[in-house]
Amino acid sequence: MKHVLFLAWQYLKYHRVKTVFLLFAISLTFFIPMALNQLSQKGSEKLRARAVSTPLLLGNKGSATELCLGSLYFREPNIEPIPYSSLEDLRQQGLARAIPLQLEYRVKQQPIVGTTQDYFSFRKLSFEQGRPMAILGECVLGAKAAQALNAEVGSSVISTPAGAFDVAGSFPLKMKVVGILNPNQTPDDTAVFTDVKTTWVISGKAHGHQDIGVGTADSLLLSKSESGVVASPAVLSYTEITPENIGSFHFHGNPENYPITSVIVLPGDKKSELMLRGRYQQDQGLQMVVPEAIVDELVDTVVSVRDLLLLAAISIGLATLLITAMVFLLSIQLRKAEIATMKQIGAAPGAVRGILITEILLVIGIGFLLALMLVWTIDRLGIPLLENYL
Amino acid sequence: MIRLQDLSFSYGEAGFSLEIPLLEIRRGSSVAVVGPSGSGKTTLVHLIAGILKPRAGSVQVGEVILGQYSERDLLDYRIASMGLIFQEFKLLNYLNVLENILLPYRLNPILELTGETRSGAMDLADKVGLGDKINRHPKNLSQGERQRVALCRALVTSPALLLCDEPTANLDPANRDRILDLLFQYGQEKQASLVMVTHDPEVLGRFDRQVDIRDYLSELKTTAL
Repeated sequence: MKHVLFLAWQYLKYHRVKTVFLLFAISLTFFIPMALNQLSQKGSEKLRARAVSTPLLLGNKGSATELCLGSLYFREPNIEPIPYSSLEDLRQQGLARAIPLQLEYRVKQQPIVGTTQDYFSFRKLSFEQGRPMAILGECVLGAKAAQALNAEVGSSVISTPAGAFDVAGSFPLKMKVVGILNPNQTPDDTAVFTDVKTTWVISGKAHGHQDIGVGTADSLLLSKSESGVVASPAVLSYTEITPENIGSFHFHGNPENYPITSVIVLPGDKKSELMLRGRYQQDQGLQMVVPEAIVDELVDTVVSVRDLLLLAAISIGLATLLITAMVFLLSIQLRKAEIATMKQIGAAPGAVRGILITEILLVIGIGFLLALMLVWTIDRLGIPLLENYL
Repeated sequence: MIRLQDLSFSYGEAGFSLEIPLLEIRRGSSVAVVGPSGSGKTTLVHLIAGILKPRAGSVQVGEVILGQYSERDLLDYRIASMGLIFQEFKLLNYLNVLENILLPYRLNPILELTGETRSGAMDLADKVGLGDKINRHPKNLSQGERQRVALCRALVTSPALLLCDEPTANLDPANRDRILDLLFQYGQEKQASLVMVTHDPEVLGRFDRQVDIRDYLSELKTTAL
């Protein structure tokens, strides 16, 4: 056997250009369907893992998929917010813990997640440095967000206005970084976490400004009456919340109507879950969804597309294998004289066939190994890229 | 002793046929097979080697009657006892000189490739003037050098019978003489028989005997040396 292997290897080594072309073709034949399968499988697993760990989501009636993708993966939600009172109503029912999510704003490319400290324990997020946000204007960064924003505990990050000319839109608030999370390879790594009230400051629904009480210059006031005063735009608004000015921050209007994107609902037990789902089924403005079911639907779609692509890749692969077989057959035709010589010299029965088969198996085997190595590389590099995308 | 008796061979019904009532070649003798192109010289060599099977009659090499051997035994016997040299050298392009010489050892497990065999092959290469070229591939050798590699490949198993099909046809006179010298020297040293197909009238005088293949195409003749 070692002599057959030796001769086959010598042939492939000598005809290295042909061998490399064949190896390339065969590697691709194996690699494309394997990589496709691997990527879709890992992607689906990642998608499902986060959905499975989130029992229920409450949000505005509309696209359940948008609600899930926004709330789980912090993709810019294309859904109407719900009033904060929805969260209070849910809590009052006593069937579940509720964690609000407000996902409207960004710091550069990083999503701002307005929530509560409960979110960290719910997602089992641990701190590499610092502590959770405690007062208005503080924030916690995911590991990748800290890297992207070049921020550390004690530094500050500024919320990005929705548009340069959106003077009535979101407020560029300077937030103090008080904690940085350990990486956990989920969308949490990319987020800037802050208290939900801080996101209302960003939206302009709450603000702080210089005192306009008694003794304020008339030039800073538009009107003055017994019930109150109306400040002019000349009054200085604070763009950073500090211990000195935090007392001046206040909310306008009824906070119950302030917006949140969605609520993560953690029912105490199965019965509570079923009761909540039943109650919200009839609701006109709200929907309660099971993220696992939504993501499963999404994964099914991905799998269907993958199956089609796999079918195409396998068809191309079969065609490539047929062409490769043709190359080998032609090569055998060209080597007729060599084969005849070996037989005339006295090659053992099957020896020549063995050499030819070994050549084919070596090319297919090495091609397969190369494909495995490429898939492994994709697994190491491609999956994190996919995670970033998700 | 090689003995061909009542041998009959033909290519198809209407093709050429060869009839040999008796042809004996003594051990250690050298025989030149002559005749015009297409007269069956190569066929005769192939019959002696067992590559072709006669329609009737027998080929006996030493104590062995080839027709009584199975295909496997015949291949084993051929690779161990006969050395074949061809006009076109028939070297494997993808093997270097040393590996071409050792090829029989890699084709049939009846021959065992040992360190001794390897050093023997290198000695042979040295003897024919290829000692410094054992790592070269055939495409980097001259015609004469290639035929010397083919000669070494035939001799490496120390065969008792050398069957050569016009081995000097593509060589210049100097290389031709060198190859013949090596063949005859081997024959004398090992008491090996040498059967060579040749067209070259200049070399016929070196052989113990000439066999004209046309004799077996026309009239019956019995010859023994």
